[in-house]
Amino acid sequence: MALLTFVYVAAVEYMEQQACETIDADAQGLLEAHALGGLSGLVELVELRSAHDPDRASFYLVVDEAGRYLAGTIAAWPSEPPQAGDLYRLQLVDRRRQDRAVRPVLARAVQLPSGARLLVGRDIQDKLRTQQLLRSAIAGGTGLMLLLGLLGGFALSRWTIGRLEQVNRTTAAIMAGHLERRIELLGGGDEFDELAQNLNAMLERIEQLLASMREVTDNVAHDLRTPLNRIRSRIEVALLEELSSAEAREVLEATMRDADALISTFNALLSIARAEAGSERREHVPVDLVELARDVVDLYEPLAEERSIALALDAAGVVEVEGNPQLLAQALANLVDNAIKYTPEGGTVSVRVLGVPEPALVVADNGPGIPPELREKALERFVRLQPDRSTPGNGLGLSLVAAVAKLHGARLELSDNRPGLVVTLRFAPSETRPRPAALQAQPATV
Amino acid sequence: MMTTTTSSDPRPASSKSGMRVLIIEDDKDAAAYMAKGLSESGYTVDVAHTGKDGLLMAATEAHDVLIVDRMLPGLDGLSLVRTLRATGNRTPVLFLSALGEVDDRVKGLKAGGDDYLVKPYAFSELLARLEALLRRRSSEAGDGRETVLRYADLSMDLLARRVERAGREIELQPREFKILEVLLRHAGQVMTRTMLLEKVWDYRFDPQTNVIDVHISRLRQKIDRGFDYPLIQTVRGAGYSLRAPDKAA
Repeated sequence: MALLTFVYVAAVEYMEQQACETIDADAQGLLEAHALGGLSGLVELVELRSAHDPDRASFYLVVDEAGRYLAGTIAAWPSEPPQAGDLYRLQLVDRRRQDRAVRPVLARAVQLPSGARLLVGRDIQDKLRTQQLLRSAIAGGTGLMLLLGLLGGFALSRWTIGRLEQVNRTTAAIMAGHLERRIELLGGGDEFDELAQNLNAMLERIEQLLASMREVTDNVAHDLRTPLNRIRSRIEVALLEELSSAEAREVLEATMRDADALISTFNALLSIARAEAGSERREHVPVDLVELARDVVDLYEPLAEERSIALALDAAGVVEVEGNPQLLAQALANLVDNAIKYTPEGGTVSVRVLGVPEPALVVADNGPGIPPELREKALERFVRLQPDRSTPGNGLGLSLVAAVAKLHGARLELSDNRPGLVVTLRFAPSETRPRPAALQAQPATV
Repeated sequence: MMTTTTSSDPRPASSKSGMRVLIIEDDKDAAAYMAKGLSESGYTVDVAHTGKDGLLMAATEAHDVLIVDRMLPGLDGLSLVRTLRATGNRTPVLFLSALGEVDDRVKGLKAGGDDYLVKPYAFSELLARLEALLRRRSSEAGDGRETVLRYADLSMDLLARRVERAGREIELQPREFKILEVLLRHAGQVMTRTMLLEKVWDYRFDPQTNVIDVHISRLRQKIDRGFDYPLIQTVRGAGYSLRAPDKAA
């Protein structure tokens, strides 16, 4: 818009300047004729020029000192008389034209030394028309542009809203329970497709999580229902019979054992949930993995000995990570516990602490191991790979380790010990050490 | 009469009669069961169901120990104990809570609690911890300063790290030494497996397998084998106790 205005103003100025220059050149010639041939010479030239003006674009008038007509294309000196020297915009009638139409004229008046006066002008009708045309072109162009812009914007927003509506419809359907629905892609690869793709990927992830949660819930239901059911039926049967106090005591003790197992399963689930929620991250303090491993090995050493399993510790120096000492100890204890559980008599369980290239805890056994295709499954809750469930345990041990690993930003890797299982907890490489150990957990009071 | 290592009674018939305990717990059923169990164990029991009542009772009557639930209507357990401590009341406090994170525990102890037990808990655990609290108070004078611990014919020199029974020196691994030290410091009391894990290893979780039992049986090999009577008793459904079977102590 500003550009168009500028073009218009520049064009108008240029045209006026052009007319002005023509007038000045014309007047110059006439003044020279006057200087050479006096008034009569001027009149002669004016008449000549008036006659030889095919476009009838030039206007001339010569009047004597009394204002009487001497020569020219205009009948009389204009009523609003232009002072000598200035340029004026006048409405004049051309004597040569039959229609006597009033024409717009740009004119300059010159006072001659003899007292006579000269008026030289140019018809600017065409120029005005051109300006008019330019104005309407600008106005029309702008109008058209606005109209097109509005129409285009409207169409674009209709299209945008349409696509958003489609997304909304799909999400509404998903919220209503059609979890399998996905947002349609147009295939153009634009931002909407990208958004749809991301949303679809998100939905995919959520569906997977839901599926695994459903599996967990089923497993929880099974693993909690079984002992609950046992407790209930035991009590029910006990109530039907006349029990001696010793028998009653036996029933109660068995019931308590089941309740304790339930509580411990429950606590394990809670620990996992907490580690997964990451709610204990703020309690992280520097933990020396070597000391941690030494304590856990120390805790399990008698148990290993009792089962004729060699429990070896390979750790030296100080390997520090930021972490929750209780959860890390519990995770390592679970790993060692599992390793001892699955290693045959006479076997070896080894616990290693590595400092380079990154801090790591490694527990290796020579039990049956876990086939590669089942390793991921082994980390899930309540999954026990031996379907007979003869080995004690709630199937939560490795899940807790996985959750603790996640909380500490560590990688949990299961690999083959040929034969046996190697579990590695690989922590992120440590950066700035050492750190003041002011936050160390307070020692136990005896 | 001295051959049994298992006692069906988790409570030594000692000192508890006349001990007065105040339970501040809003769950009325839980409070009633606890009160019943505690009075059967020889305690005199008072019960309050709100924080305000509890504070009033704790402030106006003398108790030997308070059991305070952390979540109470009106005045919560933490504020209650803080208020009580601010008035100079030093009665031992055992917090009960469904909140078991390390942080919650630390908060409880900071507010002036002496121990923290997470629900659900075994009653035997509660009894053992109460007893430990009472014992700690009565032995506060010599609190942890002694260099030789003695019980019956057993003695432990903490500086020389020597253990003798009936004049015979016993070699112990460092961890066995530590376990025996804890049992000795709480001689006559029941130490649950959880308490041993806390005091010996500083672990606040229960391992999947009961490893404490194996440690104890190892310790027994050295402490009890070949002597006139066993000192380490299994308290069924609860834990272990260092106790001479009769008045040998």
